[in-house]
Amino acid sequence: MSTSAAGSMLDVRDLVVRYGGVTALHGCSLHVDTGEIVALLGGNGAGKTTMLRSISGLVRPASGSVAFLGRSLSGTAPFNIARSGLVHAPEGRRIFTRMTIRENLDLGAYAVRSRQEADRRRQEVLSIFPRLQERLDQSAGTLSGGEQQMLAIGRALMAGPQLLLLDEPSLGLAPLFVQTIFKVIREINERGTAVLLVEQNARAALHIAARAYLLENGCIVREASAEAMLDDPSVVAAYLGA
Amino acid sequence: MIFVYIGSTILVAAFGQRIHVPVARIAVYVGLALLLSVGPVLGLGSDATLNTLADAGIFVLLALGLNIVVGFAGLLDLGYAAFFAIGAYTYAMLASPQFGVHLPFWVLLFVGAALAGAFGIILGSPTLRLRGDYLAIVTLGFGEIVPQVFQNLTRFTGGPNGIAALDFPSLFGRSFGTAAFPYYEVTLGLIGVALVTARNLRSSRIGRAWMAIREDELAARHLGINTTRMKLAAFAIGAAFAGVGGVVYAAKLSLVSPDLFQFQVSILVLSMLVLGGMGNIAGVVIGSLVLTLVNQVILPQSNVLAQAAHLPVNLSNAHFFIYGGILVAIMLFRPEGLLPSAQRQAELHESVQADGV
Repeated sequence: MSTSAAGSMLDVRDLVVRYGGVTALHGCSLHVDTGEIVALLGGNGAGKTTMLRSISGLVRPASGSVAFLGRSLSGTAPFNIARSGLVHAPEGRRIFTRMTIRENLDLGAYAVRSRQEADRRRQEVLSIFPRLQERLDQSAGTLSGGEQQMLAIGRALMAGPQLLLLDEPSLGLAPLFVQTIFKVIREINERGTAVLLVEQNARAALHIAARAYLLENGCIVREASAEAMLDDPSVVAAYLGA
Repeated sequence: MIFVYIGSTILVAAFGQRIHVPVARIAVYVGLALLLSVGPVLGLGSDATLNTLADAGIFVLLALGLNIVVGFAGLLDLGYAAFFAIGAYTYAMLASPQFGVHLPFWVLLFVGAALAGAFGIILGSPTLRLRGDYLAIVTLGFGEIVPQVFQNLTRFTGGPNGIAALDFPSLFGRSFGTAAFPYYEVTLGLIGVALVTARNLRSSRIGRAWMAIREDELAARHLGINTTRMKLAAFAIGAAFAGVGGVVYAAKLSLVSPDLFQFQVSILVLSMLVLGGMGNIAGVVIGSLVLTLVNQVILPQSNVLAQAAHLPVNLSNAHFFIYGGILVAIMLFRPEGLLPSAQRQAELHESVQADGV
């Protein structure tokens, strides 16, 4: 059933992560192909965030490997991973609330040295999030939760990702914003960015994803197409509600 | 005449923070700069006044440097006086009979800056993983170690007695001597350079990276910012400012000893930042001037004032009490500092709103 990982954009193999004496990931493998949206589902404490953090270099795995675009990332500093086109929009948005929206976006393009290129990217991001355009010079702290999430994603896009890691983008948002966020993720994907999506809102995630992994207690217990997951009674019972 | 130019850039740099500075305001700054730099040439200000102003100017340099570390990059450094000491001892060892080395003051300004900057990196690198309180404690330790080292390396540093009879700087063959005037003008010029440097840094890529680190270091790493290098840069540049300040300080005093660089100096400079408005260049300048004024002018006069008012108290032992009172009062009435940066103001307003909810 498992699709081949060879030649994937992101290839995670047998990843083991330990925090002190606690093992958070017990040898997980997953892959994301060019242009794909892949959902990573699982309950609280299953290891989803740890997975993203070890991919983006914030956590050093005890063993296993992460390769992006055919190059091993082991020992690569997080800032260099971000510059190579693998951008992580962390859980909790973590926007710079005391800076303006424009400053937030410009910091997203920190690694871009050309002013024109940064301007071009900002225009593109603002065309995806017109709401931010109206408030460009407002302090980011004045935005609503949903708008802050848009800014967080917009800031990550400014870095020009080929693969975007999104950690719980819909967490704590009003239902209307949740819809918008998922629509936006799909739009970003249609513009050519692959997405690895960690979500509590499994049903919405499966509706936009091509494939999904199920993570339980630090182990990948299932990999399937999104449709197959949606049709699986055990998945429905555990993660999608009745 | 160079001081006229530098003096004017000083004030424009300090206060002209908007891109479109009104012409009238520029005129005021240029006028002020002219007054500050040319006034003493025409005999304005007594030697004692210029002496106080030169001391204040050295503290402005220190505050501008510490502002880069604490105000821009958000790294709480409680041992900043260590770099001041390194600059001062650089001058003391390389321009005195101590080793018979007599390098010129102007060269040592750069050497002091470079050495202090290098120690900024050396002392900064073990602290890179630390934040907030932990960082503060480790830097506090460095601040204690450095004067101790100077005190105990008696063969090189003269131990507790320090090094005396340092060379007077000279310009075009004319020695500065003991008059305050030349030190005042040099300090003013250096402040000009420091202001322009600080201002350019703030609006540069490095400045934006520092701001991101200060706000959220993890998010900064996610955005491709090399946080390690940027934090070391903040330590090094901040330390270099203190190194320059130390060289001028030693030259002006013609003497160094370990007790000049104790913990109080670090705290004093930090108080200047907090009081003036952390992160805001103009605020920092004002904070250091106000605190120096309080320390050197108002407090020494307080007993005279009390006696003139026939108050039955002796205030000569109450300096620290009054000093503390002034700090507390300013923090109560202007918690964001006298001239806050926009971000700092936003932060305090946020918390006020949060309290109101």
